[in-house]
Amino acid sequence: MADAPEQRKVFAPWLDTTQKPLIRFENVTKRFGDYTALDNLTLDIYEREFFALLGPSGCGKTTMLRLLAGFETPTSGRILIGGEDISHVPPNKRPVNMMFQSYALFPHMTVEKNIGFGLKQEGQSAEAINERVKEMLALVQLEPFAQRKPHQLSGGQRQRVALARSLAKRPTLLLLDEPLGALDKKLREKTQFELMTLQEKLGMTFMIVTHDQEEAMTMASRIAVMDKGVVMQLDTPSDIYEAPNSRYVADFIGNVNFIECTVISHNGQEYQLKDKQGNQFRLISEVQLETGSTIWLAVRPEKVIVSKEQPQGDVNAVQGIVWDIAYSGDTSTYHVRLPDGTTLKSEMANLRRVRNRPITWEDTVWLSWSLTAAVPLKR
Amino acid sequence: MQRQFDWGRFLLIAIPFLWLLIFFLLPFAIVVKISLSDTANALPPYVPTLNLSEGWSGITSFFSQLDLESFAWLLDDKIYFLSYLNSLKIAFISTLLTLLIGYPMAYGLAKAPQRWRTVLLMLVILPFWTSFLIRVYAWIGILKPEGLLNMGLMSIGLIDQPLAIINTPTAVYIGIVYSYLPFLVLPLYATLEKLDQTLIEAALDLGCSPIQAFWKVTFPLSLPGVVAGCFLVFIPAMGEFVIPDLLGGSDTIMIGKTLWSEFFGNRDWPVASAVAVVLLLSLVVPIVIFQRIQERQREAEA
Amino acid sequence: MNVSRFSWFNLTSLIIAFSFLYLPILLLILFSFNASKLVTVWGGFSTKWYVSLFQNEMFMTAAWVTLKVAVVSATLATILGTMAAIVLTRVGRFRGRLLFSGMVYSPLVMPEVITGLALLLLFVAIGLDRGYWTITLAHTTLTMCFVTVVVSSRLVSFDKSLEEAALDLGCTKLSAFFQVTFPIILPAIIAGWLLAFTLSLDDLVIASFTSGPGSTTLPMKIYSQVRLGLNPEINALSTLLILLVSVGVIIASLVSKRAEEQNV
Repeated sequence: MADAPEQRKVFAPWLDTTQKPLIRFENVTKRFGDYTALDNLTLDIYEREFFALLGPSGCGKTTMLRLLAGFETPTSGRILIGGEDISHVPPNKRPVNMMFQSYALFPHMTVEKNIGFGLKQEGQSAEAINERVKEMLALVQLEPFAQRKPHQLSGGQRQRVALARSLAKRPTLLLLDEPLGALDKKLREKTQFELMTLQEKLGMTFMIVTHDQEEAMTMASRIAVMDKGVVMQLDTPSDIYEAPNSRYVADFIGNVNFIECTVISHNGQEYQLKDKQGNQFRLISEVQLETGSTIWLAVRPEKVIVSKEQPQGDVNAVQGIVWDIAYSGDTSTYHVRLPDGTTLKSEMANLRRVRNRPITWEDTVWLSWSLTAAVPLKR
Repeated sequence: MQRQFDWGRFLLIAIPFLWLLIFFLLPFAIVVKISLSDTANALPPYVPTLNLSEGWSGITSFFSQLDLESFAWLLDDKIYFLSYLNSLKIAFISTLLTLLIGYPMAYGLAKAPQRWRTVLLMLVILPFWTSFLIRVYAWIGILKPEGLLNMGLMSIGLIDQPLAIINTPTAVYIGIVYSYLPFLVLPLYATLEKLDQTLIEAALDLGCSPIQAFWKVTFPLSLPGVVAGCFLVFIPAMGEFVIPDLLGGSDTIMIGKTLWSEFFGNRDWPVASAVAVVLLLSLVVPIVIFQRIQERQREAEA
Repeated sequence: MNVSRFSWFNLTSLIIAFSFLYLPILLLILFSFNASKLVTVWGGFSTKWYVSLFQNEMFMTAAWVTLKVAVVSATLATILGTMAAIVLTRVGRFRGRLLFSGMVYSPLVMPEVITGLALLLLFVAIGLDRGYWTITLAHTTLTMCFVTVVVSSRLVSFDKSLEEAALDLGCTKLSAFFQVTFPIILPAIIAGWLLAFTLSLDDLVIASFTSGPGSTTLPMKIYSQVRLGLNPEINALSTLLILLVSVGVIIASLVSKRAEEQNV
């Protein structure tokens, strides 16, 4: 596996038109009574992807997972796995396994029996089951706990049993429903990396549902940001963060400032913009913007610099008063109120131990960002 | 493959459904039918009986012979009205008395230290499992004139004549409160136990005295349990037979007892059925209210 | 928790309530060992009423009938009641659901005199000879509802994803039930059976309506004796029944508590 890191760098099957998707959602709609959980969804997922569904509760991400597992059937549309329509195949006949949010470990069975449960249903021989269970126990480092019952394990151990159980049948696709939700922060971060390593090592396709954006950003090859049954944006983590396609996505992932502007004129890729107060901004963007149209500039706070002196050079700058400072150890976020009453945020790394902050409450300061820092959003 | 008829699901629903239709719903239809029949010196002791061999004329003559005579009879003889009224009174008073004893008990249980609670709860449930008849019987020995209560009271000199308790409504109250206490305590305890303790702390923090906090926070929040418990006492008490029969004597008439003697004593099946229909109708309202409350409770918890 | 301390008031109310609940039973047990035939006068310790009880053939026959009815009806009721509980908690919508749930919960609050009369009239109408089987059918109908309540409350608190996990790992619905659901709800099913058993053991009113000649149950026997006045043999019999049921219930609750702790 000497070429593994390199292979990972270029892993982008969604850009390769010759690749066939492993999973395909074709115009899938799911309604529960009057409520539309998924609205005409079309989506491809490729082999060996670590695919994340991200969104607030009720956005339809869990419904997608349950459709794939077979606990729900689509109201209309088709779901294909490996080119085969599985929309009406019962869950026990699907090459898909799920790791449940609650882990759903059978309380009356030992760890060993839990992991071997799926293999036993397949009718495998006792030796084959035994061997595979041993392998899985080693994989999740739980060999000493084979004879324990779930209630005798810690949260992290239960999570690993659940993972081992869902992997034991070598599913084509593993579904993970908020797999780390029940763990504390430290353990969650550690487990994130374990999951990623495992996925790469096994060469399997994972699909994870989460409402934690950091989790999705860290682990996923691609993220689908969902809202009200619709995929708002489907992209790699960095594209989602740096090039959001809507205010919803920009706001959902990380922190952001929005400035409503009108396009005045442009010269190639450089645009002149004006906000409601008459402040003029310049923007370099590959996105085509129509002169006279209204757009929103999205600027991430860490790309906004706060300073006492007027910044020099080719930047956008506005003046305001420091309203609040949120100190969070590694960084400080300055909330600066502009003359029109709106607030812009600037996040600065605390590179030095600063007892006497050069900038403090009620100071008049300048906020500035480069011409390429902002993203223009049409919706 | 797609929409196969699910036989398993069908049988799962059909078997208990059919059982209840045949052994629960159908019998009530028959009760209603017989309440409209006339008593007769025959086997079974009522006419008409449905004769399907005569075809349509059999059915029409069957229906033409049904009448409200038994119900008219209930209105004529005031014993029925009295026993109905008396049942209502006894059920109501004993429900109140049960609440009076049950509330402090449930409250004490909910506040008892955790390590005692399982045992105490067990002690509340245990009498429920032991024979109802035996527990009522036990009171005869206590309440009768030469019984243990009178002997005790006379020996310490509180009274010099035995109190007449047995064969009075008082004995019936005691019997009902005693028998149905767990029915009230259990749902009430469940409500009180779930009550968020910090709510009371908040009330105290905001200036309530402990007694005010009880009346302004604990009690209103425990009302669903109170209502459920009261219905669980009131409804069966209305139709109670064993307690008034064994403890109430011949002077305490209740509707369940009247039905029993109409059936076993007078062998008047139509009138017994009519009494049952009236009793059922009088219970429909409380039962429906009770079901509604339970349903809402279940929804709230879901 | 300081404000909600267990107070003297709480302690007193518990003591009063528990004395009220238990004194009559304790007195009954005490006087079953009374040598005197006068039930309320203590005449020294004796076990002679137990001896004469076991020599009383009437009681023994009735006890045997009661036991048979209780075992068979509790078993039938457990099967039917468990099915009904699954229908109410797992099947979802179907036509007649409202009627179904109404029928399941109504017998719980229905006065026994009405249920008894109604069932008797049914048996007469369909020409079924009254006796052992009619009592059994009647008790099954009454007690299955209690089983449903006990089992469905367990099913409601049951994590549905366990069943989904079993399906996901390759089980059919039926095998998921027997491999996962059933073992986990088994304590509730056993508790339901015990409840049905004791209710059947206990019932006077419905049995009186639905029994026939030669199928007198123990409560019916006790009732007819009690109407004649106090009887020390009844005290002895009651004591035995109370002890039997208490020991059974305590063991059952300990077992189910242990099972529950393991199944959290």
